[in-house]
Amino acid sequence: MTCEEAETLLHALLDDELDAGHARDVEAHVATCPRCSVQLRQFRALRTAMSAAELRFSAPASLRARVEAIVPAAPATVPAARYPVSSRRTLLKGFALGSVLSGALAASLMITVMRSDQDQRILGDVVSAHLRSLQVEHLTDVQTSDQHTVKPWFNGKLDVAPPVIDLTAQGFTLLGARLDYIEGRAVAAVVYRRRNHVINLFIAQGASSERSPKMETVQGFKIKFWSEQGLNFWAVSDVNSEELQEFIEKFQAAARAGA
Amino acid sequence: MSRLPQHATVLRDPQHRPRRKQEAGCEVMVDNATSDDSAKARRFRDAALPHLDAVYTLARYLLRNPTDAEDAVQECYLRALRHFDTIRSPTIKPWLFAILRNVCRAEYSRRSVVELRDVNAEADKSDDPVPLWSQAQESPETMMIRKLDAETVRGLVASLPDSFREAIVLREINDLSYREIAEVVGAPIGTVMSRLARARSMLRAAWLAVEGQPT
Repeated sequence: MTCEEAETLLHALLDDELDAGHARDVEAHVATCPRCSVQLRQFRALRTAMSAAELRFSAPASLRARVEAIVPAAPATVPAARYPVSSRRTLLKGFALGSVLSGALAASLMITVMRSDQDQRILGDVVSAHLRSLQVEHLTDVQTSDQHTVKPWFNGKLDVAPPVIDLTAQGFTLLGARLDYIEGRAVAAVVYRRRNHVINLFIAQGASSERSPKMETVQGFKIKFWSEQGLNFWAVSDVNSEELQEFIEKFQAAARAGA
Repeated sequence: MSRLPQHATVLRDPQHRPRRKQEAGCEVMVDNATSDDSAKARRFRDAALPHLDAVYTLARYLLRNPTDAEDAVQECYLRALRHFDTIRSPTIKPWLFAILRNVCRAEYSRRSVVELRDVNAEADKSDDPVPLWSQAQESPETMMIRKLDAETVRGLVASLPDSFREAIVLREINDLSYREIAEVVGAPIGTVMSRLARARSMLRAAWLAVEGQPT
């Protein structure tokens, strides 16, 4: 056995991960090699010193309470010591209250998590739809820079009349539009071009949402969501965030002017 | 990882590896019987809650911040409960650790404190031709590893780069086997072994440097 092999395998030896045959081989090498012998001794001392130091942390009581709230305790495991009253009825009331409280807390936590999961899924859908649109011949179903051609094209295809605004004068060329799908629902996709970058603007019916209006980045694409006049908007592109923000501001200004 | 392909074959069969510690509640019966939510919640509670301190410890070392660690642990248990039905691992601890690790990495990328990166890729990139045992020459044979106080050792561990810190914490502090570490970090066992060897070499060098300082 070479020193190089031994110097890695001696860790497996220390960790009790070697089979008997290789353990014997490593030990035989170490016995005849002063250098590897020092290594083994030092690493063994290191392990001993590490296990001597108290390196584990104990979860603070506040964290334990938060985690326990995720899974309401079965009544039998609730520490009775918390309720020193001997009355059986008081005890039961205590259990009931405890599980109601932790149940409510758990529910609110789950909602928070689920909502953020849903947001993530929508962002994923938005990026997927954007990526699909960039494939050849997928960008637009109706190809025109005339907003008055695009807008009627959506009639009968969607349950909303999405605002279609030509921003060519502001530096964002209207390329056309298509139908797309976010979360399994048909949405309008209005397509703009900024230099060589494509901006997809997805528009769907939806109540104003509590989603944060901040710029998100998914797989390198910038996405921004906002709600206005009963519609949900997602703008997605590979332009930088300043340009996407500029696009959104110009779009919103023009939409308000037109409304 | 390609450096040590042969080592995977020299490891003992994990079935025959004696467990050094009896870990209560560690084994999870993975049965296909569907039961109601409360039974699931109870099974989850019994299986997962005993590992709270271990999960929190790992979170502290991965995130190096108590508040973030608490949030990550809570998120870990929420996710674990949701996916408890899909657990394939025979033991719950590595599975919980793997979930926690994902939560921590998501937290890192969200904060943008550290750029989103694959620690496996990072480790492989640093798998440079300079052998880690060259550091052995820097540590004189006469120097002995002496005991240091917990706070100092925690600091030394915290200063290791991500993938090595993770490996050494899972091995020395959370007491996982190589196979379990490989499961948690999603890397081959040979990679785990070389990371551990490197982590210990770094730790030894740092340890000796601290010892050498006048107190």
